[in-house]
Amino acid sequence: MVDTRVVNSSVMERKAEVKNLDFYYGSAKALKSVSMVVWDRRVTALIGPSGCGKTTLLRCFNRMHDLYPGNRYDGEILLDGVNILEKQIDPIEVRMRVSMVFQRPNPFPKSIYENVAYGLRVQGITEKSSLDEKVEKALQGAALWNEAKDRLKEPAYNLSGGQQQRLCIARAIATEPNIVLFDEPTSALDPIATSSIEELMNELKEQVTILIVTHSMQQAARVSDYTAFMYLGEMVEFNETNLLFNKPADQKTQDYVSGRFG
Amino acid sequence: MAQAEFSQSNSQSDYLQQIRASVARRELISRLFGLLGLLVISIATLILIALVAQLFVQGLPRLNWKFFTSFPSSDFNEAGILSAWVGSLLVMLTTMVIAVPLGVAAGIYLEEYAPKNWLAALIEINVTNLAGVPSIVYGLLALGLFSTVLNLGESILTAGLTLALLILPIVIVTTREALRAIPSSLREAAYALGASRWQMIWDHILPYSSGSILTGIIIGLSRAIGETAPLITIGALTFIAFLPPSPIQSQFPFISFEWLTAPFTVLPIQMFNWISRPQPEFQVNAAAAGVVLILLTLTLNAFAIYLRYRLRKGVKW
Repeated sequence: MVDTRVVNSSVMERKAEVKNLDFYYGSAKALKSVSMVVWDRRVTALIGPSGCGKTTLLRCFNRMHDLYPGNRYDGEILLDGVNILEKQIDPIEVRMRVSMVFQRPNPFPKSIYENVAYGLRVQGITEKSSLDEKVEKALQGAALWNEAKDRLKEPAYNLSGGQQQRLCIARAIATEPNIVLFDEPTSALDPIATSSIEELMNELKEQVTILIVTHSMQQAARVSDYTAFMYLGEMVEFNETNLLFNKPADQKTQDYVSGRFG
Repeated sequence: MAQAEFSQSNSQSDYLQQIRASVARRELISRLFGLLGLLVISIATLILIALVAQLFVQGLPRLNWKFFTSFPSSDFNEAGILSAWVGSLLVMLTTMVIAVPLGVAAGIYLEEYAPKNWLAALIEINVTNLAGVPSIVYGLLALGLFSTVLNLGESILTAGLTLALLILPIVIVTTREALRAIPSSLREAAYALGASRWQMIWDHILPYSSGSILTGIIIGLSRAIGETAPLITIGALTFIAFLPPSPIQSQFPFISFEWLTAPFTVLPIQMFNWISRPQPEFQVNAAAAGVVLILLTLTLNAFAIYLRYRLRKGVKW
């Protein structure tokens, strides 16, 4: 049912690979034997109706589930060939390599500068010139430098919602992670802010692998190279975005992308 | 559902009248409760104001510089509260130094580190209950443990430990509540950047909740400053005509902790002592000391509100 043999694989590298992943919230099974590939420096979208497990799957990639008791993984997520779900791998190590942008902008109640610098400070970088340089680079990467360069000391809450979300993106890319996870990053934003975030993802994928959960099929079609359709905790179909939307192999995918349920 | 109930009437105007009657009835009940609440709070406030006003009328004329700089004396005109306010200050200082680190650390542990199981639930119930234990029970515990077993005597240290024990539950509970009020989105944001639990707490949760934690500490201290029973139980003296040794010394090492072992009295005990005298003039002294105590408590509370306001101003989510 799941097609992970994708065309053009000659020029592409596998950044991560999910193999037969089951996930449990306590005794409730939220993911059922999910497998997929995340290609290096591409945007991969996870779509599906509410409760299908797409956010659950996304949060497996940075072991966010470890924060709450009772959660259990069974299966593998290989990041550069190493299973990051292994017990002996510290989730902190995983989160330093796989960063995340959340559904609602959640900047820290600190200055713009400190928000971006936090991930670097956590890793022990204290040298001012190095911090300055990386903060500027991240803000430029998040297309926020021009708006923010004269107000780096201002509280992040002075920014608009769209700017705050771009600040969160800057914060997530400042540490130069391998993968950036986006959990419905535009669901709290207006259309103009949404399109600026989508443009940004297009630019970012030249440097970093992106995995995005989205409610909006149009957004998946606009921003992603690959799309995975999930339903009731299962991976129904995974393919190049235009193939999945135009020539879905599975009837459920067909029904979902044509808007028959959702 | 309401629609179905009312739609039995035939004409539109009947229907409207029924709705209005229903609204009027419910609004009346709502207003009656409002009035009742106003009445109750007015009575409570008036009684409090009357008590404080009476104290001020009686005690305020007695307040002057000399009252603050004199030791207690058998001559009521000479008597002052020097040893009492110095004692209160030193005991509060000791209480704070002991209760704050212990209470905040315990609160952090219980809220952020402790596994959520039956043991944690049991500890939580007990801590909350401890806040309601009568203070004299703490006094008895302190008399046995600190005074006798640890042989600390009737000292400022014993008093500080006792009151610290007394306000520890308050500090723990308010710390936990303050930490719990920080939205999980901020915790997740910190974790997602690779922060360890301690980094998340130290860099984010503690600074964002410091206003509420400080408020809890000050509320605890303002309770401790008025406590009498546990201090009398541990044997605080009611008549002290000397000061504890100064913490600052002229010779090396310049700082001395000898005052910790000194006997002491505090403002409420001084009040208690004067009230139990037969002469009416000592009642005036007691009222004056009461005014000082109330002003101290109000100042502490005002400070707590100010801190909460200041520290909250930059922090919103």
